[in-house]
Amino acid sequence: MDLLLGAVVLGVLLGCFYAAVSVGLSVSFGLLDVPHVAHPAFLVLASYGVYQLNESYDIDPLLAGLAITPLFFLFGLLAYRVYYETFEKRGSDAAVRGIAFFFGIAFIIEVLIILHFGVDQRSVSATYIGKSWRFGEFRIPIRQLVAFAVALGLTVLLAVYLSKTFMGRAIRAVAQDEEALRLMGANPVRIKQFAFGIATAVLGIAGALLIIVAPVEPTLDRAYIGRTFCVVVMAGLGSISGTLIAAIILGVAESIVLTMFGASWAPAISFAMLLGVLAVRPQGLLGR
Amino acid sequence: MKRRTFLGGAMAVAVVGQGSRALAQQPPIKIGMSMPQTGGLAGGGKASLLGIEIWRDDINAKGGLLGRKVELVVYDDKSSASETPAIYAKLVDVDKVDLLFAPYATVPTAPIMPFVKQRGLLLMGNFSFQVNSKVGHDMWFNNAPWGPADSWAASFLDIAQKAGGKNMALLTADQEFAQNLALTAREVAKKRNLPVVFDQSYPPNTVEFASIIRALKAAKPDIVYVASYPPDSAGILRAVNEIGIGDDVKIFGGGMVGLQFAAVMSNLGSLLNGVVNYNTWLPEPSMYFDGTKEFFEKYTKRAIEAKVDPLGYYLAPFGYAMGQMIDAAVGATKSLDQKGIAKYLRENEHKTIVGPIAFSADGERKETATLQAQFRGVKDKDIEQFRSSGKQVILFPDKLKTGNLISPFEAARK
Repeated sequence: MDLLLGAVVLGVLLGCFYAAVSVGLSVSFGLLDVPHVAHPAFLVLASYGVYQLNESYDIDPLLAGLAITPLFFLFGLLAYRVYYETFEKRGSDAAVRGIAFFFGIAFIIEVLIILHFGVDQRSVSATYIGKSWRFGEFRIPIRQLVAFAVALGLTVLLAVYLSKTFMGRAIRAVAQDEEALRLMGANPVRIKQFAFGIATAVLGIAGALLIIVAPVEPTLDRAYIGRTFCVVVMAGLGSISGTLIAAIILGVAESIVLTMFGASWAPAISFAMLLGVLAVRPQGLLGR
Repeated sequence: MKRRTFLGGAMAVAVVGQGSRALAQQPPIKIGMSMPQTGGLAGGGKASLLGIEIWRDDINAKGGLLGRKVELVVYDDKSSASETPAIYAKLVDVDKVDLLFAPYATVPTAPIMPFVKQRGLLLMGNFSFQVNSKVGHDMWFNNAPWGPADSWAASFLDIAQKAGGKNMALLTADQEFAQNLALTAREVAKKRNLPVVFDQSYPPNTVEFASIIRALKAAKPDIVYVASYPPDSAGILRAVNEIGIGDDVKIFGGGMVGLQFAAVMSNLGSLLNGVVNYNTWLPEPSMYFDGTKEFFEKYTKRAIEAKVDPLGYYLAPFGYAMGQMIDAAVGATKSLDQKGIAKYLRENEHKTIVGPIAFSADGERKETATLQAQFRGVKDKDIEQFRSSGKQVILFPDKLKTGNLISPFEAARK
């Protein structure tokens, strides 16, 4: 019983971390319909930015993540503009071909990281990494708690921003009916560009959490491409609160399987759950 | 000077000149290989390649092999098993290389074994594990110090049982190298009537190990044998530090890849203390042979520029040793005949910078030289500390031993 309870607690923490690394994709892919397969590569790039600041100036990884957020916002604006001008503008099938564009970006990011940092693993140091809180026999890694708290905050903040602010509502509107928004005099492309910037800026913090939770290496994006898309699709495209719920379900399922049933089954169970959700609710858990 | 003498001298100079020109015009000897330069194995692949390049430069400075320069033809296999068959077919059929070196690691090497056997080609193996056990190619020679298949697990379990270990937990990555290692560990444990109380394989890309370590701890093992790859090794040790492993554990480690690489060692720092893990070369007094010191002087300078492992203990000197063995065999047979080279390699003991190497019929080392070493007194964030002896005390093999095990594991970590 203790083992099961522990697995659930660790799974919730892991799930919140998965939510943090997926929530940007929920905006870019879920709301904006951009086939952003470079999302995990952006995430790893952010981790390396955090690593550089931590290594060179001894800045706390979370603060470093916050510091690179504006840069990532600008990077997002630029990436979307290039994607829009070269692919999206030319119609829907051109958008599908845009997948190649984002694959290309992911590959370039990977090569640039290798050229600059080499291929070795990198990690950061902070007082909360490598220690745990003890509750009797049960111990919780503090880095997981930090990731949990920040991820939860980040997801709630983004959900509030998208539902309560003028720009957030505009982003939701552009996702629902771009043409109607254009008729009302707004510029949907600008709104989408801004939203993509937000989705990328969020990765500054998510990248910090990634390198806090585990060391990173240039090709780590491949490990996250399945997980992040799985969370976003299971959540229901564009649903931020759904992303949090789906990520927690995934995290708990993984943790229980790893603890109780045999580690080899973890990926199979996750994807079986995704298929199960899609079979019962094709629109995802909280999709419309 | 008499006219005849002058003419004779002039002719001699001309003949020598022609000869040396002919020698200079001879095409280089091409050694082909794929090497992981991107992907999960790239850290090791790049360091290994640098070791081979240092040998190439040294041999070329001495005039090459058979008076011909040595040229390396290298492709990036991206750490992927699916890439290597095509690369090696190209090396043989298009690039027409004279000799083949295998890529670093088991996973990219395994799929090329049937090809080299079918073509009757010599393959110098590069740190793969048991890739020839089913293929049975008689022109395969592994540079790794593993030795007989079961010796790796046997040496670890010998130390563990002497320390009072009565049962074992196995935690292994779900990939070929780790599974091969786990297989031999299970076989050795069975022969010794050592119960396996926990036996789990975790899938690649596992992010968080806290749950697995909690389950392992609940099984209350005495011996914990881990066979992991670099990204996982760090995750496992972090989780062990945070979750704890239990006071019953006498010894922890065995087959963790990554704990030999400078970046990982530096990242983990004091978390390494107490872990007993395999290794290949360490800066302990018993590990220096002819040329070892000179090699590391060159490696240390070039590693910074090449952005590879600044220590380079694990693979780089063995890459150099591959070249030394080819040099010896080609020199002795005075040809590039692969069968002749293979016969020479099989029948002789070879002096290298990592010690004497002799092969058994399966192309693996006759005698294991795989080290089992315990991390001691490691501090955080200091790569330079690993250059001095005493940080990784060698417990096995006896002839290279530099200390005794500190047990139990929790005590050794302090």
